[in-house]
Amino acid sequence: MKLGVLFSGGKDSTLALHKAAEKEEVACLITLVSQNKESYMFHTPNIDITTLQAEAIGLPLIRKVTEGKPEAELKDLKEAIAQAVKDFHIEGVVSGAIESVYQSQRIQRLCNQLDLWCFNPLWKRNQKALLTEIVAKGFKVIISGVFAYPLDKGWLGKEINMELIEKLVLLGEEFGLSPSGEGGEIETTVLDAPLFKKKIEILDYQAEAKGNSGVFRIKRARLVAK
Amino acid sequence: MILVVDMNFKKDSLGFSEFVSPIISLAEELDECVAKHYSEVRQEDARNCGKIILSGTALKDNATLKQTEKFEWIKDCDKPILGICAGMQTIGLVFGGRLEKCLEIGMTQITTLMANSLFSSSFKAYSLHNYSIQPSPDFAVLAESIKCVQAVKHKQKDSYGVLFHPEVRNKEIIQHFIHAI
Repeated sequence: MKLGVLFSGGKDSTLALHKAAEKEEVACLITLVSQNKESYMFHTPNIDITTLQAEAIGLPLIRKVTEGKPEAELKDLKEAIAQAVKDFHIEGVVSGAIESVYQSQRIQRLCNQLDLWCFNPLWKRNQKALLTEIVAKGFKVIISGVFAYPLDKGWLGKEINMELIEKLVLLGEEFGLSPSGEGGEIETTVLDAPLFKKKIEILDYQAEAKGNSGVFRIKRARLVAK
Repeated sequence: MILVVDMNFKKDSLGFSEFVSPIISLAEELDECVAKHYSEVRQEDARNCGKIILSGTALKDNATLKQTEKFEWIKDCDKPILGICAGMQTIGLVFGGRLEKCLEIGMTQITTLMANSLFSSSFKAYSLHNYSIQPSPDFAVLAESIKCVQAVKHKQKDSYGVLFHPEVRNKEIIQHFIHAI
């Protein structure tokens, strides 16, 4: 079955891609670039890096800009998916949704309208187990956004490893954070993963934060041999 | 031991982690658990377990609805069975019910019609289905939404069906099935 993966360049959509590629044929990646910082569906700090990631993986990328108004962005997503059907003959869509019914029900409805299969291979996964799997599989993932107390600038750019996972889990227990950032507490950017034929090297970045809200913005990056 | 039947269109599919694994995670907390694809479940598998849960599937996956002959074992099974979504639809068909078009995606209001061991009153549940069932007279309707039948129970057996997904929201329904039935 040919599938298109909704791809933000973060750990969840990249792991969902990894799992989809193990079972079916992934024909393309689909990225929505939201101009709305408050979007529950698509906003992520380094969305532009998806172009480089797609090149690293060797998959075509359908990239669509959306203003990110709550329901209008779904229309834009529908158009992007329809484009993937037309260009790459996909029969289904894969998302990295874990817990968000808000997100998953909207994607399910779009897929139903377009008569497509919809898969969420990370659905209801234990968040610590998911983070551990990412590290065990050799993903190189950095924290590219923090949006909740007590996370601050010191977390930006940090690579997710077992030590950092333990810290996130402890913060989850103490402050009610979702360790994998499912509630939007953290955003991540994947620099390398098993499907990447080349890895991403960051050449220039800017880490800026105000209290417990900050982003690690990749300003320049390139692909290098693994 | 709890047998979780993978109802997805093929063995080891991309749907397993979405529709079967969450049930296993919940069931494992309460009892030993084994998963098997529906194409491989035999009468003796049902005999050798304490309870059986039939999983749901992707919205477009109607494979089991076209292969109800593979579920004849359900008719003779004397173990408690809980069918979720495609599981409920399949149980309904096996006992002579018919499919009824009913598209519901997302949180849905469920109204309990008959007192039972799994749930009570009115609650919201996560739905992902194209069809419900009109069950045969062998079944009592336990709950409904504004659109269609949401839960059934065989009148003589401990065979239950819920159209919504308790593994997503209302996990206690699976716990009640494992503990109280």
